[in-house]
Amino acid sequence: MSSFDRNDRPLVDVRHLKQYFNITVGPLRTKALKAVDDVSFSIRSGETLGLVGESGCGKTTVGRSILHLYQPTGGEVEFEGRLIKTKSDINELRKKATMVFQDPYSSLNPRMTVSDIIGEPLDIHKMYANKAERMERILELMDRVGLNSEHASRYAHEFSGGQRQRIGIARALALRPEFIVCDEPVSALDVSIQAQVINMFVELQEQMGLTYLFIAHDILVVRHISDRIAVMYLGKMVELADASVIYDQPLHPYTRSLMSAVPQPDPKVARANKRIVLSGDIPSPLNAPSGCPFRTRCPHAAPCCAEAMPEFKEVESGHFVACHRVNEL
Amino acid sequence: MNKRFTMHIDVDAFLPATDEEKAYMVQMRPSSTFFRDGVKRLLKNKVATVSLIIILIITLSSLIIPAFWPYSYESMLGVRPGKSVDASFNNLSPFEYGETEQARIAAGETVFPHIFGTDSSGRDYFIRVIYGTRISLAVGFFASLIVLIIGMTIGSIAGYCGGKVDLIIMRFVDMIYSLPDMLMVILLATVLKQTLAPVLEGTSLARIGVNIISLFVVFGVLYWVSMSRLIRGQILSLREQEYVLAAKAAGAKGGWIIRKHLLPNCISVVVISTALQIPSAIFTESFLSFVGLGVNAPMPSLGSLASDALNGLSSYPYRMVIPAVVISLIVLSLNLFGDGLRDAFDPKLRT
Ligand SMILES: Nc1ncnc2c1ncn2[C@@H]1O[C@H](COP(=O)(O)OP(=O)(O)OP(=O)(O)O)[C@@H](O)[C@H]1O
Ligand code: SF4
Ligand SMILES: [Mg+2]
Repeated sequence: MSSFDRNDRPLVDVRHLKQYFNITVGPLRTKALKAVDDVSFSIRSGETLGLVGESGCGKTTVGRSILHLYQPTGGEVEFEGRLIKTKSDINELRKKATMVFQDPYSSLNPRMTVSDIIGEPLDIHKMYANKAERMERILELMDRVGLNSEHASRYAHEFSGGQRQRIGIARALALRPEFIVCDEPVSALDVSIQAQVINMFVELQEQMGLTYLFIAHDILVVRHISDRIAVMYLGKMVELADASVIYDQPLHPYTRSLMSAVPQPDPKVARANKRIVLSGDIPSPLNAPSGCPFRTRCPHAAPCCAEAMPEFKEVESGHFVACHRVNEL
Repeated sequence: MNKRFTMHIDVDAFLPATDEEKAYMVQMRPSSTFFRDGVKRLLKNKVATVSLIIILIITLSSLIIPAFWPYSYESMLGVRPGKSVDASFNNLSPFEYGETEQARIAAGETVFPHIFGTDSSGRDYFIRVIYGTRISLAVGFFASLIVLIIGMTIGSIAGYCGGKVDLIIMRFVDMIYSLPDMLMVILLATVLKQTLAPVLEGTSLARIGVNIISLFVVFGVLYWVSMSRLIRGQILSLREQEYVLAAKAAGAKGGWIIRKHLLPNCISVVVISTALQIPSAIFTESFLSFVGLGVNAPMPSLGSLASDALNGLSSYPYRMVIPAVVISLIVLSLNLFGDGLRDAFDPKLRT
């Protein structure tokens, strides 16, 4: 968590974001896959918003749509109070917001050296006067993420997963961005290295005043780094609150089941908390259930849940939940 | 019975590591690029290496020999200004001499032998074969280059844009693909020969010959399709790689992504299929020359040499055999070398 001076102005404001993909389902027929369906949230400058959810629930898509790597199907994104609409808005956004990718292998071009990978954003925007200045910037970035500067001319395949992820982070930092979408940056790494890399994210945030959207499928990973946590299920956001609230008083049945699966250090608490095991599998986003997307697995599902999609509303200050029965639970 | 448990510690084993040992521990494996690995694998392949040597020998001799050979491919040795044609130079067998040459030999001069004899117009056959090889190789090389450029451009556009653009381009490709190619080659070559001739009149291109130009056009129009299909497929799968998205996130435009990420990663496929394209172009050129649509006389190509030899096939069979052997040698060794290249650089492509 950053000690960076915060104000309450949102840096990123996402409203009713929708991202549908056209999927071919048979000859000449396509169907809309609603990877992200009507998601709204905002991220304050200097904070870290954790985004968790099962594999395939649309976390990566949210991150990419915010950055307009995909053209959103609907909704709007505001960055620093400016709506992202035209091509030039997107170009401006590219300099201030970027992404660290999930897969440290496919996110680095195997035919490029480390210095070319890290220097690519600089090359694209011609951010240097001469070769020497470029190299100086690259070495500074390598140093910042703890890479040995002697390895600048090596190819990415010669590095371990953790080192590769550092290369990816150095590339993300090259343009001195304000906002970084960290898409499961540690889930492909060994547990022993995960902590190192997460700590590096925290340090970089403190040094550079960064704002993060930190994606993970494991709630434990985001807990330490996040100020607030958002939970997604099947393309929808189901709960959003301060990290400690999500941790101690989750309201949505899905968040509760996620939290009950987290190992508890205190055996008394652990015994008191019954583990909520969800039955069934996550449905395909191609044919999501009517009404509440979680109703096929929800232990509290009632007939009303099948009828309408529950609204994502603020039940307490800063605590949003999408559940019809939130007041009864 | 009950042995006491003892521990002997060798203190020497716990000495701190020397700087040298530390350096050894942190050393990464030697930086070996994809390219160097590929070359190593290629050189291990005996068939490919021998093929490469044969190709090099043929190419170099076709480039160098005409420079110092005492005879030229177009001069008819029996024709001398002011005198009647000396027919004794026509149709010489290998290592025979014309009448004036015999006289010079009798006078003690040394005369350079006609290794393969002469043709029916009294031209040194060896140099014609060498020169024909040069033409055939050049046609094969440039035709493949044309195929490469067109195929690469269209294939990468289709693969990169995807969607409707891809759909339209690929249906067009399918259309060209389904045409019977030899028929199209002959039709196009015939039509182009007539339409191009007045256009090229007087330009430097006319010297190369209308037929060769139309040959290139034919290649450009017909044979880029398989190259563009191949490249489209490659680009389509490379496009999904996260490093492409990373470049996009950093603000890269389409051209940058194609140039910096997509093409370098399919370069091995491109080189390999170009190498395999050359023999097929040479073969087509020889075929067209053979049916009379190839290079302009007196310029020889391996195909036109074989075609000319048809007339005297029963008396001078070697005039047919020699160019045929050279064509086979070139096509075979290029194919084998291309296969070796593919195995060395892109084992995935093996079918
Ligand atoms: N480019 C695309 N085209 C079609 N469908 C897509 C595309 N990208 C994602 N999807 C689909 O959208 C859904 C959400 O995918 P997404 O990658 O956002 O999930 P995720 O939460 O990041 O999962 P993971 O934890 O596995 O990374 C999935 O069903 C996926 O198949
Ligand atoms: S709306 Fe109904 S089905 Fe959905 S989470 Fe709430 S109780 Fe469960
Ligand atoms: Mg993902």
